[in-house]
Amino acid sequence: MKQFITFVKKEFLHVFRDRKTLLMLFGLPIVQIILFGFALTNEIKNAKIVICDYAKDNATQQIIGKFEASRQFEIEQTLLSHQQIEAAFKQGKIRMAIVFPANFNNDLLHQNNAQVQLITDASDPNTATTLSGYATQIIVDYQNELMQLQELPYRINTEVRMVYNPELKAAVNFVPGVMSLILLLVCVLMTSVSIVKEKETGTMEILLVSPFNPFLVIISKAVPYLALSLINLTIILLLSVFVLGMPINGNILLLYAVSTLFIITALSLGLLISNVTASQQAAMLISLMGMLVPSILFTGFMFPLENMPYPLQLVSHVVPAKWYYIIVKSIMVKGLGFSAIWKETLILLGMTLILLVINIKKFKIRLV
Amino acid sequence: MRTLKFLLQKEFRQIFRNKSLLPLLFVVPIVQLLVLPLAADYEVKNINIAIVDHDHSSYSQKLVSKIGASGYFKLTDYTSGFNEAFRQIESDQADLILEIPHGFERNLIRENEQKLFLAVNAINGVKANLGGSYINRIIADYNSEVRLEWVQFPKFSPIPTIEITTSNWFNPSMNYRFYMVPGILALLVTMIGAYMCALNIVKEKEVGTIEQINVTPVKKHQFILGKLIPFWVIGMIVFSIGLFGIGWLIYGIVPIGSLLLLYAYLAIYLIAVLGLGLLISTYSETQQQAMSVAFFFMMIFILMSGLFTSIDSMPQWAYTITKISPITYFIEVMRMIVLKGSGFANIQYHFLIMIGFAVFLNGWAILNYKKTR
Repeated sequence: MKQFITFVKKEFLHVFRDRKTLLMLFGLPIVQIILFGFALTNEIKNAKIVICDYAKDNATQQIIGKFEASRQFEIEQTLLSHQQIEAAFKQGKIRMAIVFPANFNNDLLHQNNAQVQLITDASDPNTATTLSGYATQIIVDYQNELMQLQELPYRINTEVRMVYNPELKAAVNFVPGVMSLILLLVCVLMTSVSIVKEKETGTMEILLVSPFNPFLVIISKAVPYLALSLINLTIILLLSVFVLGMPINGNILLLYAVSTLFIITALSLGLLISNVTASQQAAMLISLMGMLVPSILFTGFMFPLENMPYPLQLVSHVVPAKWYYIIVKSIMVKGLGFSAIWKETLILLGMTLILLVINIKKFKIRLV
Repeated sequence: MRTLKFLLQKEFRQIFRNKSLLPLLFVVPIVQLLVLPLAADYEVKNINIAIVDHDHSSYSQKLVSKIGASGYFKLTDYTSGFNEAFRQIESDQADLILEIPHGFERNLIRENEQKLFLAVNAINGVKANLGGSYINRIIADYNSEVRLEWVQFPKFSPIPTIEITTSNWFNPSMNYRFYMVPGILALLVTMIGAYMCALNIVKEKEVGTIEQINVTPVKKHQFILGKLIPFWVIGMIVFSIGLFGIGWLIYGIVPIGSLLLLYAYLAIYLIAVLGLGLLISTYSETQQQAMSVAFFFMMIFILMSGLFTSIDSMPQWAYTITKISPITYFIEVMRMIVLKGSGFANIQYHFLIMIGFAVFLNGWAILNYKKTR
């Protein structure tokens, strides 16, 4: 036991001696939570659009007024031909063009049918759909106002309640996502290098010929990062509550308990990478190139998982961050207890055990 | 010139000798480019809905079947208890609940007006908004059907209607993959360039071989060029495989704009990115440091690059940050040339800015790299 403590001390010294890495370790979560809490949103605001109003009558003025009042659009009014619109799209200046033909109001009042054309830059289909959706909504609203003047019978009204996030803040979705991403990647990155480094510099040999149990060597490598990650977690939580105004509706002890489990999962994954690679470069390449983008996608906070083709949904099951994301959402935002997340917790536990067993199997006490 | 040739020979040997690194360099990006665009689909379909029907009338049945037939919704539960349905929201099985109140049919006919209640899981705001507006559209349709049953409208509808036609240019089928593949390819090339370049030089520092080079008469710029050129070439190769092998053959994305222009931009961009890697390496002592610094910047650059979320929607200060990241420009140019066929006139500022990045980053790195300590 005394030996073990000495080893843990040694590892802590290694970590604390490297100031630059330490700075990154703590700077990363702080910068990212703030950046993403405020800057990242799936919503579309201030999209630049052009309105070509060939009618310039009462009706079009009223509709344009409605467009100006919404914060989704930044409007420029000019008359452009189709070629000019295409040129503007190619410049990347505008995202959508709305064309009102001449005699819009006349057609609307006398023939009861007027036309408006929305032209979107669908090279970005997501923005295109969303923008044309917003625009359609605004025009339909105007039409409904016209209708209401006529007092229709048999009206069905819908009362909508936005559960969990009444202001539709993007942070509520992104904070749990970024949390799982940062904890996973930082732990995997840091531990994946640790053993390989000793292999590369040759100190591993010295450790292996010492009378110390080789498994404890591995475990003592993980301990400092577990401690650091828990501090990181605390910083993230403090920031998200006090700076981003996120709620913690559930039990905070439960959150810490599950987070500790998740950190251990990530650490064992890092150790596994460390065990099977021969150089720091390869270890980093796997943990950075191999894991960064897939974890962003498969955690499910950017793109809905249920949209993915079925095989990819299966792939997402093996990404630990996905399960942790579900757990954090349930505890922090929905305020649920353990009974709601036992399944996810069990999965994380299973993953950890499997990773640890593989680690022990793969660990070689003889150097080649 | 001869010195440079030997240096290059050494670097290429070192890269090709490393049998565990080489496959990673090529296979990882290609597999990711194959798989990831399939995963990045933003279109919201299959919204799960739980319906609480307190009325059980023929009208409520009709509404339920209309929602089911719309194609957007998957009915996960049909009950008469709200708590039961709410548990489905808690466990993420349902995205929204529609509650039809008791006496819906009777009140609608007698009192001319009736309310429906909609509860939406709003953790993901966009999905909530979309789901809400889809269901509202269906209810409005249903409403006018009911009206038609009871009121005989004149032959020509007196209701003024505005007909909205939407044309989607450059990508009429609204294929999201067209948008994602160029972006992800740009990202992968960036990661290879910046990481590999940063790690490679620091490795020489860590192992100590850099001292041996420093005591030779090799000039600073020769050494740096010797490090840059191999990764520049690898970046070009990976990009070409991605663009032609995967983008073109598998996803069917044929670049509309000039390939020459695209490659010219890529050439400058790679120099800038390698400069970034170089800069990181001059500031780090160990590979671990270089990696954590590179990771720090990559993470920010990726999420702020406009690859996944719209840049326009960010607040002004964040928008400014996106403007100082080279990745933002490259992703934009990739999409402009490949998807829209923008010409040189459209992207001349992008060229100027990228040349600026390349000169600035490399200049800084060369100034900061010292042969003697």
